[in-house]
Amino acid sequence: MSCEQWRANLDAYVDDPQAPDSQAEFAALEEHLRTCSACSAEVLGRVQLKRATRAAAARYTPSAEFRLRVEKNIQAKRRPSWFAGRMPTLAGALAALLLIVASAQLWVRHAERQQAVAELLDMHVATIASANPVDVVSTDRHTVKPWFQGKLPFTFNLPELANSPYALLGGKLVYVHDQPAAQLLFELRKHDLSVFIAQQANGTLGSNPSETHANGFSVESWSQAGLRYVIVSDTNQADVHALGELLRAAAKQ
Amino acid sequence: MAEHSGDFGSFEDLAMPYFARFYNFACWLTRDTTAAEDLVQETYMKALRGFSSFQQGTNFRAWIYRILRNTFLTSQTGLKAMTSIDADVDAVAEPATQSTPESILLARVEIETIQQALESLPLHYREVILLCDLEEMSYQEIGQALSIPIGTVMSRLSRARKAMRTRLAAKEVGA
Repeated sequence: MSCEQWRANLDAYVDDPQAPDSQAEFAALEEHLRTCSACSAEVLGRVQLKRATRAAAARYTPSAEFRLRVEKNIQAKRRPSWFAGRMPTLAGALAALLLIVASAQLWVRHAERQQAVAELLDMHVATIASANPVDVVSTDRHTVKPWFQGKLPFTFNLPELANSPYALLGGKLVYVHDQPAAQLLFELRKHDLSVFIAQQANGTLGSNPSETHANGFSVESWSQAGLRYVIVSDTNQADVHALGELLRAAAKQ
Repeated sequence: MAEHSGDFGSFEDLAMPYFARFYNFACWLTRDTTAAEDLVQETYMKALRGFSSFQQGTNFRAWIYRILRNTFLTSQTGLKAMTSIDADVDAVAEPATQSTPESILLARVEIETIQQALESLPLHYREVILLCDLEEMSYQEIGQALSIPIGTVMSRLSRARKAMRTRLAAKEVGA
């Protein structure tokens, strides 16, 4: 075996010399290193580079204030979920009572949907609070829709808004429960409306048509052509519904 | 290498020990401390929301690093960084010099020089080197964190280090 062939294994040897699956290979390599000064020097160089990289890369330290802020945010988020965190125990205790179990299952599905809606509300609020709310900035649907090509495993239609009071501001790629989704931002009389579009298979967003209020926000959701649409806005339910109608009509085209 | 596939504890117990490491990693990804704070904050919120879907017995560290990376890639900074990924993938040539990167390091190990070389790497090279050399992740963990097969981890790591050595050698030539 030539030095060139041995060197193909040097990174794996330097990174994890104790790797259980490679012990036979590494034993042979060590035998070679005992008689080859060039390969030994190569190993030494790689070890030194690795150590130097580790030292150089440990460069940034978070402030105590930032850590405290994140910890507080986590605690604030956890407080409302006290009941959800104890659901397994609770469900176990009630398992014998079929009626109550059925109710509990319904409640869990409802809680999951509520959690999903809360996640979308967070995203909507974070988006409108951001200095750069969208990644593709355009009022032109023929610019915004193609921007998502290659970024999403699905596509969607956007409505013509020329004769409507709504304006498209742009869009961005987001992740909802680890699945890619589109977030589109619309404007109506200084109110921002976020439209989230995900694959229906991402079942946490529900499947039935729904119009609700959450924390003062109007939320409307529906499924169409294998996609789940959710609109979130601080404007009234009628305005949200009207935008929904435009999107539903566009999806039929 | 340490394996972190571990016990199922509270979210804070599992996630907060990585706080300083996440911040450091986020700074290397974003190269902006404000953007890094936003990224870490958003990662923790997303991980907390998705914690119920985290499977006991699987690798928590790889899981939460994947969330951080996905969050970064969908951010404005991440999308910009993504556009430069393909341009540099295999365009790594060894420098025409007798100095080897190792001899440079033996001669003068300068933290700043390495930091500059690391900063100049394309995102996908920088992150794989950081996960391996700084975070000391196994190839399997890196594969889980980046959602790529182990074979790709090894080949990408090899090319990343080659690119790193090229940059270090070029600095020596230019010095």
